[in-house]
Amino acid sequence: MTVAIASGKGGTGKTTMAVNLALSLQGPVQLLDCDVEEPNCAIFLKPRIDASESVGIAVPHVDETFCDACGECGRFCRYHAIVSLKTTPLVFPELCHGCGGCALVCPTGAIHEELRSIGVIEQGVRGSILFTQGRLNVGEAMPVPLIRALKKKKRTDGIVLLDSPPGTSCPVIATLRGSDLVVLVTEPTPFGLNDLDLAVQTVRTLGMPFGVVINRSESGDDGVLRYCTKESIPILLEVPDERRVAEAYSRGETAVEALPHMRELFGIFAARITAELEACRRTPLPAAGR
Amino acid sequence: MKIAITVSGKTLDAPVDQRFGRAPVFILYDTKTRSSEAVDNSQNLNAAQGAGIQAAETISRLGAECLLTGHCGPKAFRTLSAAGVRVYNGASGTVAEAIAAFEAGKLAESSGADVDGHW
Repeated sequence: MTVAIASGKGGTGKTTMAVNLALSLQGPVQLLDCDVEEPNCAIFLKPRIDASESVGIAVPHVDETFCDACGECGRFCRYHAIVSLKTTPLVFPELCHGCGGCALVCPTGAIHEELRSIGVIEQGVRGSILFTQGRLNVGEAMPVPLIRALKKKKRTDGIVLLDSPPGTSCPVIATLRGSDLVVLVTEPTPFGLNDLDLAVQTVRTLGMPFGVVINRSESGDDGVLRYCTKESIPILLEVPDERRVAEAYSRGETAVEALPHMRELFGIFAARITAELEACRRTPLPAAGR
Repeated sequence: MKIAITVSGKTLDAPVDQRFGRAPVFILYDTKTRSSEAVDNSQNLNAAQGAGIQAAETISRLGAECLLTGHCGPKAFRTLSAAGVRVYNGASGTVAEAIAAFEAGKLAESSGADVDGHW
């Protein structure tokens, strides 16, 4: 079963929760770092990476000898990645979403597709944890195809944790789809609350079960607590605001390995997540999509 | 000859819009008949990407041979070049002033993009 760790606001502690939870769960665990624009789970988990593969998207290549400049390809492409102005089409590969439509509509068969690399998927292990991450090439604008390819590496047994990008945009949706449970990490501040509300609206639109983790609890105000009570949202964990946790983090250490009381706290959290997943298993999701 | 000018209003005394792809309006001016028409480009204002390319398609479809604007990015310039539209960056003042400067030969034709995309 799959648990996605997401948040509206960035920097609330998604990676901290994902890595510490991975180290605390019983049984086979896979951690997927889906924040392909800036994957950072590996900094803390320190897995041994032993496999790497390139991921590409199909972009059009025009054979000028067959093109009669009819312009069908340009009229079809809503992203203006291929443009024909009574000339052989211009291709802008960085705008192409790789749908293949231009090649399909081309009446003379002048367009074929070629793979353009957008990033890599890397896999390794740390103890009993299988770790998989995507890394988008620097300067690349579209993470979604890489996230979809990364999610195809999901194991079918045990628990799969997804460390999501922040926000509520396409890369987040691509990550969340198909998960059994979403954990929204927030902080008890007005910014945290504002972005939590956006994330809640997103997962509600997707129709997914979710709960909230309040990180650095009691460091701000009680707005998030009051919001969760009003909206009947379960609070799955509160992590107290502690300098020792931040110090461990700054050394690239995980809280559960550096601090015994954190191991205890995340043990309780792991049991709660396991119980929530059991409840989700008993009441399967309505069509969760991709 | 028809020339297109990026503009933030709809008349010849409105200021030249320094943006090309996301200018709200293009004025199409015919140097022979001295007539002009305003063409809406507002659909491009909120485009996430490809605004310059789409605007270049519009300019080409309108039959303009020259474009007077403030700045032009790389994708827009490539598309305009392919369509055979000559680009004059650095236009300023009102549309009427820009046309006068162009007709007096005071605007230099650009050989490439002068800004990055999404500047």
